[in-house]
Amino acid sequence: MAIAIDAADLGKRYLISHRKQPYVALRDVIAERAIAVARRLVGRVQSRAAAFEREEMFWALRRVSFSIEAGERVGIIGRNGAGKSTLLKVLSRITDPTEGRVRIWGRVTSLLEIGTGFHPELTGRENIFLNGAILGMPHGEIRRKFDEIVAFAEVERFLDTAVKHYSSGMYVRLAFAVAAHLETEILVVDEVLAVGDARFQKKCLGRMEEVGRSGRTILFVSHNMATISSLCTRALLLDQGELVYSGLVSEAVQRYYTDGTGSPGSVDYSARGLRVGDAAVVLLAAHIETNSGIAPGEVRIGDSLEIVLSLEVLSAGGPYVPNLHFTTGDGIYAFMSLDNSNRITRTGRYRVSCRVPGDFLNEGMYFVGIAVSSFQNGVNVHFYEENALTFNVVDFIENVGSRAGWAGPVRGVVRPKLEWDVDHTD
Amino acid sequence: MVAPSSGTTPNSADQLAPLVLGGGVSRRYWRDVWKGRELMYFFAWRDLLVRYKQTFLGIAWAVLRPVLTILVFSIVFGRIAGLPSDGVPYVLLVGAGMLAWQFFSTALIGASDSVVANANMVTKVYFPRLVLPVAAIVVSLVDFLVSALILTCLMLWYGIAPGLRILAAPVFLLLGIVAAAGFGFWVSALNVKYRDFRYVVPFVLQLGLYVSPVGFSSAVVPDQWRFLYSLNPLVAVIDGFRWSLLGTGAELYWPGLLLSSFFAIMVLYTGLMFFRATERSFADVI
Repeated sequence: MAIAIDAADLGKRYLISHRKQPYVALRDVIAERAIAVARRLVGRVQSRAAAFEREEMFWALRRVSFSIEAGERVGIIGRNGAGKSTLLKVLSRITDPTEGRVRIWGRVTSLLEIGTGFHPELTGRENIFLNGAILGMPHGEIRRKFDEIVAFAEVERFLDTAVKHYSSGMYVRLAFAVAAHLETEILVVDEVLAVGDARFQKKCLGRMEEVGRSGRTILFVSHNMATISSLCTRALLLDQGELVYSGLVSEAVQRYYTDGTGSPGSVDYSARGLRVGDAAVVLLAAHIETNSGIAPGEVRIGDSLEIVLSLEVLSAGGPYVPNLHFTTGDGIYAFMSLDNSNRITRTGRYRVSCRVPGDFLNEGMYFVGIAVSSFQNGVNVHFYEENALTFNVVDFIENVGSRAGWAGPVRGVVRPKLEWDVDHTD
Repeated sequence: MVAPSSGTTPNSADQLAPLVLGGGVSRRYWRDVWKGRELMYFFAWRDLLVRYKQTFLGIAWAVLRPVLTILVFSIVFGRIAGLPSDGVPYVLLVGAGMLAWQFFSTALIGASDSVVANANMVTKVYFPRLVLPVAAIVVSLVDFLVSALILTCLMLWYGIAPGLRILAAPVFLLLGIVAAAGFGFWVSALNVKYRDFRYVVPFVLQLGLYVSPVGFSSAVVPDQWRFLYSLNPLVAVIDGFRWSLLGTGAELYWPGLLLSSFFAIMVLYTGLMFFRATERSFADVI
């Protein structure tokens, strides 16, 4: 397969200056020079930098090397400040790397922000042409796709209304629609799907998948691991500006959650010095217990698993109700479950576990969101850790017996083993 | 399996020669700038559209401002100071000068602010940054057409028709564009780095209005200073406009024109080089 992007020893350094105003003022530069000249005349030698301001170097990216083949869909994940956005900015030519080289075969479109260049005073129609041109779409191409874009955005009736009168949903839909119809070989997308309503998000994801299937290379940054795992064929994990993992999405996602330490499918907030919760309840740690005896974080489709939470109640009251939210790797909300025991009221530590039976979930990746709520004085959510845990349900080929010989994929969010009765009635 | 559709197949040239980022200015720089011309028209179109949508008095303002300035200058310099008018009505002398000056100053102000005003885009999308100041100059060319219409009306009123010399007018306009672009590239790039630079521009332009022969004929400048005076490229542009539109002065002052042109081209060249050298860090410092 042809290479689309090849990055070698990429580095980007920023200067952080410690001074009050954010911009360099010419009068300061002139004053600084004048002071320097005066000092030299007086005969006192002092370094210019020390005399006037302190500047610090900061590597947003360092020694990052990777190569991406044409047609790959690559997710870029990492904590805030890991260098994801800087990497996208370098790849989309917005900023120059300080060191290293990137070679790119094909045209790049970057979608770092939705609706870049939209002007509120212009109509939807005018903004489609303007935004298309900014994103590098030739005029003829925009005209050819105009109807398709309008239909996708669902704004037909408001085409000749200034976008300042649009609802935020309409605005986002229009902005994404333009970008989604670009025909470049490489598409670089930052967290833009975090906006808009759920239905449209789904539509965008569908469109991105379509784009990926049509052989285009996609680089995609998101904090939503479910989106990453459903969309991408590979993932890059960045940490403090360095590339720490490149490969399987599931592996990258698990490393992301565990910071490369501990076992996958477990998270220890108190050990990491993180506080999840409020003045009433905090989540100390959570993990997934399986008896499958295979790779950690993986469970056989027929085996049950247990989600174990470690909570601390700081203020008596409640009853506090732990609840779990399961999302599939495709971002579909599967189901939720809550503890109905009403036994968490007194202060102290609690071990709470929830058993998910075997032969219930379908194969694939699942994410578990953890929350504790109380419903005494109205609904009170003490914390909600979205996608806190992840596990992978695997269906081994020897299991084919329980599929009555069918070896193809089984669709659906769940795959419960139900009771069937068959009587020969004739 | 992956089946690239015909529309997305990279063309063979791109396949053979990858785009290289890092390690100096891209070899495709000028090709990219040329490709950006469509975007440049779009920016210009946007600015014009917004201006005339936003301000009810948009067009009225474009007419009123030069007319009032021409009036005031004619009274101050022609009547009160009693300066010579080169044999044409003083209002026309000022009108032609103002036509050139107005274009230069709006083009320069527009170009200077262009990059900073579009900071949001500069940090989010790649396009040749040179497109921004160039689009600002295109916008001021439209304003120039409005001013030209006013001068035409004034000339009709006074019954003065330009001769064949009017064919030379575009050359002087071109010189004005070169000067505005040259200074505009310098200032727009400086503006990104030094945010207080924007206060310098209106001040310099205000001085320039009186230093340049807008309200008076350059014939009042003593002969021994005339050549040096032409270091200001606007001197040649204004003189040229008067010469080609109003027929003032039998001959062009060639040494001055050449000096002005040379200086304007030097400013344009250095401006381009400076812009090109600094634009790669725009997104980092803006």
